[in-house]
Amino acid sequence: MLIACPYCGPRDVAEFTYQGDANRPRPDPASTDLDAWNDYVYQRANPAGPHREYWQHSGGCRSHLLVTRNTLTHEIAGVAFVRSAPVPATKPAPAAPRKRPASRKAKP
Amino acid sequence: MAERESPLVPVYRPGSHGNFAAGAGVRLLETRPGSIVQAAAWPGEERRLAAAIAAVTGLALPEGPGAGAADGRRAAFGFAPGRVLVVDQQDGLAAMLSGAIASDIGTVTDLSHGRTAIRISGDKAEWVLSKLFAIDFAPAAFPSGAGRATLHHDVSALIQRTGERQFDLYVFRSFARSFWTMLCHAAAEVGYEVA
Repeated sequence: MLIACPYCGPRDVAEFTYQGDANRPRPDPASTDLDAWNDYVYQRANPAGPHREYWQHSGGCRSHLLVTRNTLTHEIAGVAFVRSAPVPATKPAPAAPRKRPASRKAKP
Repeated sequence: MAERESPLVPVYRPGSHGNFAAGAGVRLLETRPGSIVQAAAWPGEERRLAAAIAAVTGLALPEGPGAGAADGRRAAFGFAPGRVLVVDQQDGLAAMLSGAIASDIGTVTDLSHGRTAIRISGDKAEWVLSKLFAIDFAPAAFPSGAGRATLHHDVSALIQRTGERQFDLYVFRSFARSFWTMLCHAAAEVGYEVA
């Protein structure tokens, strides 16, 4: 698999480090919305097809890249610097924080 | 000032080695530059950085990824967005660049003691390097003066073509002895001469 780094040109995948799904909206850091944080940390769409993901060209120019890769064919549809690419919008903090589940008892 | 010692001393054997009966295919040399400096520009300040480097070194850096220039004594090339490696055979380049690159343009990092510079030249230089690095060394893809950042088995290397059949490699000092040994093994097939 070759990834065409916008700076270095096409390079072998061994020069790159995978940095995860680029579709996750990070909750507002001040948020205490457990559902939002649970989604952010654990939930993935896992599509069979085009997928936006972060890679770093760690063995070359060390740039962080936004790569659109087909998870079935490994075809790369697009590569851009993360700096110049749109990032998923941050979820705003909800007005009222979610209550803790009843099963979790507070310590006395 | 601390005296610099080459990490290659135990494995650096001047003379001809390998299959050199029909003439050495490549010549290997540790160039021991006095200064190896990384200059980095803040986003949008790349041209002012290039102008400052030109003012200090006299090297006009072409625009574009990996573009560079070399005049035999000094060399400079881009290896990442906004980042340039500048090399001088003399000491003191970091101080000169620090004076020319104001803090609103970018930063200067002195790597002189952290990198080992190796020159490979000769008709088979492209062939030998192609065994180690997965990049295109043909002159059309890698013109003279240009630089590339790549790696071989997790050993990072910055490579600049400084002549028609000559490349300068910069590797981490702590990996340099291992890398040199491997480079010698790769060159044994074509015969090599250590200067």
